Amino acid sequence: MISDEEIRQQIIEVISEEFELDPGQLIPTATLYDDLGLDSLDAVDMVVAMEKSFGVKLANEEAIKAVRTMADLCELIINLKKEIENS
Amino acid sequence: MSLNRVVITGRGAVSPFGIGTEQLANEVWQGQSGVRTMADWDQINGLKSFIAAPVPEIDAKSLLPRSTRRTMGDMAIHAAIAAREAANDAGLSDDFLKSGRVGVAIGSTTGSPVAYETFYQKFLPKRSVEQMKSGFFFKIMSHSCAANVCLYLGIKGEQWSPSSACSSSAQAMGLGYMLVKSGRQDAVLCGGADEVHHTVTMVFDVLKAASRKNDQPSSTPSPFDSNRDGVVCGGGSGVLVVESLDSALARGADIYCEILGFGHVNDSVHIANPHQEAMSAAMVAALKEGEVSANEIDYVNAHATATDQGDIAEAAAIKNTVGTSVPVSSFKGHIGHTLGAAGALETIILLEMLRRQEVVPTLNLSNPDPLCSDINLSREIESLKIDIVIKNNFAMGGVNTSLVFRRW
Repeated sequence: MISDEEIRQQIIEVISEEFELDPGQLIPTATLYDDLGLDSLDAVDMVVAMEKSFGVKLANEEAIKAVRTMADLCELIINLKKEIENS
Repeated sequence: MSLNRVVITGRGAVSPFGIGTEQLANEVWQGQSGVRTMADWDQINGLKSFIAAPVPEIDAKSLLPRSTRRTMGDMAIHAAIAAREAANDAGLSDDFLKSGRVGVAIGSTTGSPVAYETFYQKFLPKRSVEQMKSGFFFKIMSHSCAANVCLYLGIKGEQWSPSSACSSSAQAMGLGYMLVKSGRQDAVLCGGADEVHHTVTMVFDVLKAASRKNDQPSSTPSPFDSNRDGVVCGGGSGVLVVESLDSALARGADIYCEILGFGHVNDSVHIANPHQEAMSAAMVAALKEGEVSANEIDYVNAHATATDQGDIAEAAAIKNTVGTSVPVSSFKGHIGHTLGAAGALETIILLEMLRRQEVVPTLNLSNPDPLCSDINLSREIESLKIDIVIKNNFAMGGVNTSLVFRRW
């Protein structure tokens, strides 16, 4: 079973690769829009990249919209993985 | 309202020879061919033409920021690189580009066929749009090149994307000429782009109009030659800065040529077949608009794609319009038929001819077709006084365009 820390590392790798960002920028408090310069199109691609990388379905659009920071994104994916494992 | 005189002040190219107008000109003057055998095309059922003139691989990541590259297919990437070169060549400042007085007219046959194929490969097996990335639509839309170039260069003027297959960029130059002549814009980045893709070659192959000399790629296409056997599709993008003379002079810009006239005629006879009278009519219309007589023409750059009917019709049209002594050549032998990019890329070579005062012959023309040889087909690089020239481009769908340029 993948650990929470491994999930965080994997998210950093995926975001870094997808959006050509320095992994050093991807600290927990970094905001996706203001700090990392992502926009609404990138948000669509971020969901696709997460689904592909973690084999999950991000169907809750409200939860996705609530993601502001890297920490929020990690929490969303970690919780989703746990839900899948518990079910 | 007085009309502006219109000139060309910048050139930019991404061609089968790579990035840059200098690279394109050097290879053409050396008589090189950009045609090669395409890997795996022989695995496509029914396709019989396995050759093309693609753009060599480009490291777009090092040239364009991700924020604009993400919505670009290859054709828009090539258009952006060519547009940047053209703007730099013309010395257009960022302030001028962003002033609203500069527009864009860059067309293509369709949006990116590579992007189309990628989408349908994912979509069709399960009819699913899951895993669809945000950039897809912006790569396949018909104004993908124009829109992405505007975004990349910060252009706030008029955005146009004439789409007429093989005459797209000729139409774009004609449109830019009209926009500048009328005073709607001070300058327009004009051109076109297209990608090499098996579905594009397939269009010509189905019509028995694609070359099948698969084992001798550099010998084909051979416009006006007795042994020509059809089109070889190419890829790339050509962009020209079309500008008002007043603007160019005020900026102290170097001027390549003046655009004297634009002829644009639909034959309205057949969706696919060339039409000799319409070809002539386009040339005559361009001459008339430019107030140029046929005996003032020093050279004709033919569309000539090496199809059986097209080359014969164009040779006859040229003969009927400007006579039999004017030197004529086609650049399709060097770069293939770059479709939406053809008019602009070939004009870039033509402007280099005007600059060097040399005529470039048709590559692969060794045995002229008697049905084409009433005109003066150039056979070797020749020093010649060339001032006023005609540039032809035609397209399926009945489109016939001619531009008349005068060396500055």
